[in-house]
Amino acid sequence: MIHSLFLVNASGDIFLEKHWKSVVSRSVCDYFFEAVERATEPENVPPVIPTPHHCLINVLRQRIYFVAVIQSEVPPLFVIEFLHRVVDTFQDYFGVCTEAAVKDNVVVVYELLEEMLDNGFPLATESNILKELIKPPTILRTVVNTITGSTNVGEQLPTGQLSVVPWRRTGVKYTNNEAYFDVVEEIDAIIDKSGSTITAEIQGVIDACVKLTGMPDLTLSFMNPRLLDDVSFHPCVRFKRWEAERILSFVPPDGNFRLLSYHVSSQNLVAIPVYVKHNISFREGSSQGRFELTLGPKQTMGKAVESVLVSSQLPRGVLNANLSPSQGTYTFDPVTKLLSWDVGKINPQKLPSLKGSMSLQTGASKPDENPTINLQFKIQQLAVSGLKVNRLDMYGEKYKPFKGIKYMTKAGKFQVRT
Amino acid sequence: QIQSSIFNQRKAHSPGHVCKNILHVPVSGLLFGPWFLCRNEDLKEMLESNKESLKLEAMKRIVGLIAKGKNASELFPAVVKNVASKNIEDPNQLIRASALRVLSSIRVPIIVPIMMLAIKEAATDLSPYVRKTAAHAIQKLYSLDPDQKEHLIEVIEKLLKDKSTLVAGSVVMAFEEVCPDRIDLIHKNYRKLCNLLVDVEEWGQVVIIHMLTRYARTQFVSPWREDAVFDENSAKAFYDSEEERRVDQSKPYIMDPDHRLLLRNTKPLLQSRNTAVVMAVSQLYWHLAPKHELSIITKSLVRLLRSHREVQYIVLQNIATMSIQRKGMFEPFMKSFYVRSTDATHIKTLKLEILTNLANEANISTILREFQTYVKSQDKAFAAATIQAIGCCATNISEVTDTCLNGLVLLLSNRDETVVAESVVVIKKLLQTQPSQHSDIIKHMAKLFDNITVPMARASILWLMGEYCEHVPKIAPDVLRKMAKTFTDEEDIVKLQIVNLAAKLYLTNSKQTKLLTQYILNLGKYDQNYDIRDRTRFIRQLIVPNEKSGALSKYARRILMAPKPAPVLQSAFKDRDRFQLGTLSHTLNSQASGYLELSDWPAVAPDQSVRNVEVVEPVRLPCIYLQKNGNAVKVESRSESESGSESSSSESSSESGSELDSDSDSGTDQKKNTKPKPVQSKPFDAVSWPVCVSLQASSPVFVPETSHELLHRMTGKGLSAQYRFTRQPCIYGNSMVSLQLTLSNSTDQALENIHISEKSSTGQNIHRFNAIERLEPQASVTVSMGVDFNDSTQAANFQLCTKEDEFSVSIQPAVGELLLPITMSEADFTKEQGKLVGMNESSATITMTPENVSSQSVNRKVVSVANLGVIPSGQENIYRFSGKTVSSGSLVLVSVVLKDPDAVITINTEKTVMGSMLLRQVKTALTNSGP
Repeated sequence: MIHSLFLVNASGDIFLEKHWKSVVSRSVCDYFFEAVERATEPENVPPVIPTPHHCLINVLRQRIYFVAVIQSEVPPLFVIEFLHRVVDTFQDYFGVCTEAAVKDNVVVVYELLEEMLDNGFPLATESNILKELIKPPTILRTVVNTITGSTNVGEQLPTGQLSVVPWRRTGVKYTNNEAYFDVVEEIDAIIDKSGSTITAEIQGVIDACVKLTGMPDLTLSFMNPRLLDDVSFHPCVRFKRWEAERILSFVPPDGNFRLLSYHVSSQNLVAIPVYVKHNISFREGSSQGRFELTLGPKQTMGKAVESVLVSSQLPRGVLNANLSPSQGTYTFDPVTKLLSWDVGKINPQKLPSLKGSMSLQTGASKPDENPTINLQFKIQQLAVSGLKVNRLDMYGEKYKPFKGIKYMTKAGKFQVRT
Repeated sequence: QIQSSIFNQRKAHSPGHVCKNILHVPVSGLLFGPWFLCRNEDLKEMLESNKESLKLEAMKRIVGLIAKGKNASELFPAVVKNVASKNIEDPNQLIRASALRVLSSIRVPIIVPIMMLAIKEAATDLSPYVRKTAAHAIQKLYSLDPDQKEHLIEVIEKLLKDKSTLVAGSVVMAFEEVCPDRIDLIHKNYRKLCNLLVDVEEWGQVVIIHMLTRYARTQFVSPWREDAVFDENSAKAFYDSEEERRVDQSKPYIMDPDHRLLLRNTKPLLQSRNTAVVMAVSQLYWHLAPKHELSIITKSLVRLLRSHREVQYIVLQNIATMSIQRKGMFEPFMKSFYVRSTDATHIKTLKLEILTNLANEANISTILREFQTYVKSQDKAFAAATIQAIGCCATNISEVTDTCLNGLVLLLSNRDETVVAESVVVIKKLLQTQPSQHSDIIKHMAKLFDNITVPMARASILWLMGEYCEHVPKIAPDVLRKMAKTFTDEEDIVKLQIVNLAAKLYLTNSKQTKLLTQYILNLGKYDQNYDIRDRTRFIRQLIVPNEKSGALSKYARRILMAPKPAPVLQSAFKDRDRFQLGTLSHTLNSQASGYLELSDWPAVAPDQSVRNVEVVEPVRLPCIYLQKNGNAVKVESRSESESGSESSSSESSSESGSELDSDSDSGTDQKKNTKPKPVQSKPFDAVSWPVCVSLQASSPVFVPETSHELLHRMTGKGLSAQYRFTRQPCIYGNSMVSLQLTLSNSTDQALENIHISEKSSTGQNIHRFNAIERLEPQASVTVSMGVDFNDSTQAANFQLCTKEDEFSVSIQPAVGELLLPITMSEADFTKEQGKLVGMNESSATITMTPENVSSQSVNRKVVSVANLGVIPSGQENIYRFSGKTVSSGSLVLVSVVLKDPDAVITINTEKTVMGSMLLRQVKTALTNSGP
């Protein structure tokens, strides 16, 4: 299975390596560096790179390449999924997964990697079990460890590993018992030149933060479960119950976890909450181009559209842009030709716009393509699919927990072609 | 923690280990004092000693030596023998497991025998976690010393029989690594693996699914035979001769139930959050399912496209392979493959590939419109790939060939060179299919020729001119004239085509071009490139007749102007499914080391009975199982003498692992109570037989008289209802709790048609009582009903209806009512209790009130809260109770140990939630005074 792991930063240095079987020389990464050189963008490096004796499978997260060395047949997704799980665990432990964070916590990182894989085969990947084995670093604990020479290795034995609910820690205790659920929906859409929708779909997740004492057994039901077309669950969800009654019944892990991700059936029409009016044109023979962009709300169900961010990759021929926004700030990077406009909130009375001119390279012919506009936005207290949680019940424990649910709609991969 | 110090020796090169282990071992400055002078012999002696403290001291000194950079490898065997291996016998399962993990990670040949022993020992350990670790250790030992293979296979065989979900994934992994060809080891475990699959951890699921895919392809016949008629790629099968069809029909295909079992049990895993699991199930369906069932994997695969870039890449590759053979699967999701400008290049290319595969007459116009956008993309390499794709669509779908050609011709005036070049190349390929109708396109290209600079494009146009010079008789010689002028400045590839064009024109139109051709051939003769010199010489001999050139020049025209077949534009993913989908080999499109070939379906299915498992049944009583359709299935009981004689035959095989067998068999027995299986003929397993008797339900010790209110007469408009638990096995279903309902009418009119509404708001399966047609005023009636609470204390909500009204009522069972008492011997109790430890055990210490400290009162109190059987106890201060949960039949063991004035209550059950609830109730019952 997984033989070794190398962590490579954006400038191409290996800053951490870990071997689960015998040591594989760093030079194996040369094939990887060649691939990086060939690729124009960091994202374009192929995830699977064959070399004469090994195969390198890499994922790119937070500008760090996680390069796994494979020696024999293994499903590539198995490795990719595991590497992402490693990154998630690091984020969970250190807050961020950056080179600095990894270097600062190198001992914990090695301890984690040692426990997550045994001889190249995943052993403990549940964050709840790992946290029993290896305590996440805190400032206090780091200070204490430095003085007393003790470690982050847990004193208690990880009994969770043996249980039928391996995702839940044992002996959980809270003074305030709370369960929060966030329903977050993302709209993926491609809007064509004329403003009509080419494709749009809604992908949603329910993220939970559950801090409940003991062994609570929760059920969560929806007002309109039929909306959910395709779902995937955290292993804690009882699948049979969902099949039979469309109710989520589960003993939750402790802390933060993703309960469910879903896809809303594409038969339903997706409400597109914003529209973009654009006029981006270049004239033949002129070294000037016109740029006009206006945003407006559409089908927002009375909610405000916030944190709007527009970004666009302008054609290579554009030298500079001289624009004036009616609100927010914009930046244009003349090297990468990336234009981004931080709009903020859309006020329906006074629509935000960005107007001005672009200067082109003199003598260059007019670019024959128009840029794509990428949009980001947020709408609080709205699940655009109309999904509603009906109720949350708790069984198995006596106390009354505090329950909360929050809805949010965001732009996923939202593109407007011009 | 001592064991981990030996790590230092092995992995001192890896910084992490040093960090980790130095932290484990308290290295103090003292160590580096006089200790390093110690001789190895002394240290060895210290390690051999019986005293823990001396060993610890020796270990400290050894670590000190290593820290000083001294070679301590001589001491290695002594350390392993005296320190590491001791932990393998630790009473705590987690310590045993990690000791084995450490021991097996030491890659030093000298410890192979110790490792082998430790693995064998651990494989029969009572704790499934230790057995899991043993399975992991198998692979490590195998890579250290492949000669151990035979012994390791024995261990694998034993562990494959294990019924714990913890072990299954790891042992299959070991199987795949050590002896993937020993498919015979799987037979007996096949059904068990299928049934356990959902509960195995996700990484294990992937490995098991891949192994079972391979297994199924060797054991079942193809389910695709019948389907072939419906296969979209072979519509002609429909018109096949009558006779052939009759042959097919004579042997209708019936899927092996085991084949079906695998498909059914893997399906829920499509909902897994782990993308590798979803992919594994998808490939299983692709390789094993009847074609018409394939569509269920589509949605899940499309869902994966929302995941990380790397996941998308692999999934798209697999979809590309699938979409070649079965367009229909992904066509409804075509828009999910539309390219976004932010996609990575390799993702874009794959999406294009899939869109091309999905194109058909119906959707081609939509796809072409989408392609038009892509051609304008800023990513020119992607634009070029799109043009290729348009070419593919044009050849595959003849209706749009013209449209595509016209579109491509327009692109010839594009400003970008790569776009133009790619267009020319694709047009060339397209024209080859129908040249005569397109002389105007060739003319157009000739006009643009001067502006085109990309060599490949220029070469392509020249080739077209030559090939179809008869269609453009006026233009071709002129082009040749221009080329003669620029010959020396052209790229090699263009030069070759100039020579080619010259030769063809010479043959067809020698009058106009004779001199030009000779001039070009002369230039070519002295070219720097030997390929061109060679070609020139060859062409000259071929086309210019002279005395030396023999008969060949007569055929020059037929050689050069031979009709050439149009190139076939086909996907790079065609026939990629010769590799099992989802594998590394499929991704690389070449066989990776360790790839296990998927065999073809056998023509005739091998013996099915090899998978039959010896099911142990309860013997004393004839059991009657109620099946879903209500037919009673009677299972014959056997006489004891019969079973005795049969047991002797199987004894030899079960001897070696008797501990393990009895442990794991109890699992099936428990299941048997709820899930009746067809019983095959089987030898009787002597070892597990007392256990199965122990799960026989006995009659309740105590039935409480208290009834609970279901419906108050005020809310029920005069109808009141009370219920109580009868604590008897329910006659309506094995997994139901039996209830008695007393309905009373307190109005002055008769109530009619009292019944429970058909629709139930919660999921419990309820057996309703027969509707009461009429209940006279002030009368009451008692009826019985059954509810399957599913081993949860969640209330059963239903509607109690009369002719006029509906009342929502709910029954909230106390946890103790969800049990049925069973009897077992004290010895069995202790044995079962030993298996249900760790998470499965919950206990509490309480202080007893003096009046409760009598055997009678303890027994009475416990059986009043929970429907448990009392086990006759040999000791005075220990009370034991046993039962099983009604729905799943899991064992529930309660013991109360009195230690004046305290008492320790321990509850052992797999149902941890129920266990903790029951514990609380027993606790309250025993602490409260009163009856």
